[in-house]
Amino acid sequence: MAVSLQPAEIAGLDNLELRQDRSGGPGAAARRLWAAAWPKLLAIALVLAAWQLVHLTGWKHYVLKGPSTVLSNLWQQMQGAMLWQIIGVTLRSAIIGYALALLIGSVIGVLVARIPPLRAAVGSIITGLQTMPSIAWVPFAIIIFGQSSAAILFVVILGAAPSIANGLINGVDYTPPLLLRAGRTMGLRGIALYRYLVLPASLPAYVAGMKQGWAFAWRSLMAGELVVQIIGQFSIGQQLDVYQQNLDFAGATSIIIVILVIGIVVDTLFTKADLAIRRRRGLLDAAI
Amino acid sequence: MSLSIGRRSAPPGTTPAASAVPAAQGNPGPATPAGLAAAPAGNGSTAAAPAGGARGSGIAPALSVSEVSKVYGAGRGAVLALDRVSLNVAPGEFVCLIGASGCGKSTLLNLVAGLDTPSSGRISVQGRVALMFQEPALFPWLTAGRNIDVALRARGVAKAARTARTRELLETVHLAGFGRKRPHELSGGMRQRVALARALAQDADVLLMDEPFGALDAMTRDLLHDELERICAERTLTVLFVTHNVREAARLGDRVLVMSSRPGRVIEEYPVPRTGPRRIDSVQVAELAGRMTDRLREEMRRHGS
Repeated sequence: MAVSLQPAEIAGLDNLELRQDRSGGPGAAARRLWAAAWPKLLAIALVLAAWQLVHLTGWKHYVLKGPSTVLSNLWQQMQGAMLWQIIGVTLRSAIIGYALALLIGSVIGVLVARIPPLRAAVGSIITGLQTMPSIAWVPFAIIIFGQSSAAILFVVILGAAPSIANGLINGVDYTPPLLLRAGRTMGLRGIALYRYLVLPASLPAYVAGMKQGWAFAWRSLMAGELVVQIIGQFSIGQQLDVYQQNLDFAGATSIIIVILVIGIVVDTLFTKADLAIRRRRGLLDAAI
Repeated sequence: MSLSIGRRSAPPGTTPAASAVPAAQGNPGPATPAGLAAAPAGNGSTAAAPAGGARGSGIAPALSVSEVSKVYGAGRGAVLALDRVSLNVAPGEFVCLIGASGCGKSTLLNLVAGLDTPSSGRISVQGRVALMFQEPALFPWLTAGRNIDVALRARGVAKAARTARTRELLETVHLAGFGRKRPHELSGGMRQRVALARALAQDADVLLMDEPFGALDAMTRDLLHDELERICAERTLTVLFVTHNVREAARLGDRVLVMSSRPGRVIEEYPVPRTGPRRIDSVQVAELAGRMTDRLREEMRRHGS
């Protein structure tokens, strides 16, 4: 059964079938950046214009200030040390709370995904917790932990962990059965099956859960900081509370802008990670 | 000496020489459910198999399926997918299995691969089994090279050996320059070759193929037939190849088994005379394919009335 070897034919067919690499010329990166940026800039400009219009009508003129007043207030705050200090305090809580939520959510996620009775018991509770408004946990947290950072962390964790756990559970559940069959025939069992197949396969859903978890964590943190008063740890939320009590529209709006920007920046990081993962796996259209 | 090893009870990451150390496999012996993996030593040459007369009956078959039935469901809704199927495949033999839809070809492969257990009957395999699917089933988050690497890792091959072996296997399937590409960057034919390399990485003695070229275009399929033939000749692989395509079966097989549908049963056996290199468009292949098609049509008519 001497078969003529035809590696050249195979190589030829391979080359014909592969997609042509079509990276843009010089300036392609700048063009892409501009294409991504201009809709956002336009949206910001529209919001500022609408705000300015409302301001010009004189509606609630005794409190409502125009964009220029607020932005210059923000600029001034950015010159001082105070704003950065409170951002530091809040981000510290955010990072600690989110890290704990990530740990707890992941452990619960793996356990629930692996142990069927546990899933029957707590699977729906996790989803239920997700729909719970985080502000509702604040009184509970204060009663247990008092006016302390533990109370805030508790609220953050309860906000974020369910999403993270759910993301991981979904990822494990939707591991393609064909890949599981392939893995089993290769001899992957138990922990090795999880390490080399199930967990990597779950990564996109896990990251989606982490992204959602961050949104919940950030919301919960703000809710917590607005209510829980910790002496000696002045945070973004507490600053916002002070401005509200002083009816300081410009100051409060500046802080709201800061909250919005931080939330968006972190969310963008998660989106980038998500895109990178999906691009690596060929889950994105090549044109994007 | 013929030893049938309970492949299913082999722990992951056993030594590559698994077939040489049957005693160390932790094989529970006759206590295995349905006696699947527990064919006693020396029982490999099941002589009673009607359609499984391996050529040279003195040699123990590499793969032996005897009186295997598979029922899905229970009670009134139960479906008999396989009905007392028996077949033997000699070491180094290439056996094709064809049949219309519902003949349980894929069920049979799953049973042999140990992904499912038979309702009755016995399956014994000498050595390791690898299974290839119609889809490449590569891990999309790994490069082509790492996909092969993971199969070696599952067997517990040391790192240095893995790197060398991966390169070697990529060369075997003519993909030496593509080890760092991810599956989605490769064409369908290339992916299927990576899947073949991954199957070879499992160091299997028996290769089960479930319509592996079914989703490929005809040109690529013809080239892969040559490739598969060369690779099997190089390493005396035993192959059980399931296909819908009678020409493909006649082109590749040393022997072709035709299965009936609902319930699945081996109804006919066609030895393929080996006279020089074959091509999908050669006269002998066409003639044999014609006979097999007639037989399959007859089977379809039986279900039509």
